[in-house]
Amino acid sequence: MRVQVLIRPKAGILDPQGQTVERALPALGFEGVTGVHVGRLIELDAEDPSRVPEMCEALLANPLIEDYEIVEEGAPDAPRSPS
Amino acid sequence: MRFGILRFPGSCDERDALHAASLVGEAEILWHQERDLRGVDAVIVPGGFSYGDHLRAGAIARFSPVMAAVEAFAREGGPVLGICNGFQVLCEAGLLPGALLPNLSLRFVCRQVEVEVVSTDCAWTRGCTGGERLSVPAKHQTGRYYAPDAVLEELRANDQVVLAYAPGHNFNGSAGDVAGVANAAGNVLGLMPHPEHAVDALTGSTDGLKLLSSVVPVAAASR
Repeated sequence: MRVQVLIRPKAGILDPQGQTVERALPALGFEGVTGVHVGRLIELDAEDPSRVPEMCEALLANPLIEDYEIVEEGAPDAPRSPS
Repeated sequence: MRFGILRFPGSCDERDALHAASLVGEAEILWHQERDLRGVDAVIVPGGFSYGDHLRAGAIARFSPVMAAVEAFAREGGPVLGICNGFQVLCEAGLLPGALLPNLSLRFVCRQVEVEVVSTDCAWTRGCTGGERLSVPAKHQTGRYYAPDAVLEELRANDQVVLAYAPGHNFNGSAGDVAGVANAAGNVLGLMPHPEHAVDALTGSTDGLKLLSSVVPVAAASR
């Protein structure tokens, strides 16, 4: 099963990376953007997707400072052949 | 009194820690694949990097074989000091409360900082005087201490906030100016500044020795 894990800084924790992006956008003419946060995306093929929450708690995220969301995508990723 | 200094792939301050510890006792390096601590009286988890810190600082190192031994040692009351990356490793391992986030400036900062000894009820500050200031270097990009407000209050009430950045020295944006925290029992301390780099007047300060020598009578008493 192809699984995406979306990891976000927990609400209420200062996110200087998001703030920096938010401040940069108006300088490029993109007005009216607020609430910018920068997180991480982890994609994986898991034989047993029911174990992904456990993986998140133990390693993929730090639950004290990060929230995670698990999105099951369906068929595993096609093996990557050298191009 | 013998110190064991852990070495992970990517550690870079373990030699300074070895030198610093050897000024107050004997010291040896413990490789991350070791499963026992060879009877050392205190453990230092040094700074630098560990396994590249590719996921989060300290996240992989906590699963190394030697960390299982350190966890058992700490839970039995053995003195453990985590410096910089070592602090991050101890937080990830759950031996210390809280977490370290990127500096508010998002920049790597290297500078001398002053920290105040808030509590001497800790194996590593017992030889200090409450309120005294220590001058030690700090050098990191991920050193902003974070714990939820309720946890921070509890830490303060239990004297677990052992070191605080002096006014004007909290350069990384740490919550409550926390520079170093201990576990509830007071045998495990983590801090972002580097006491092992402050052991010779030639480099500006010998205040780091105060932390290392504090543990000597503690270790002697627990034998």
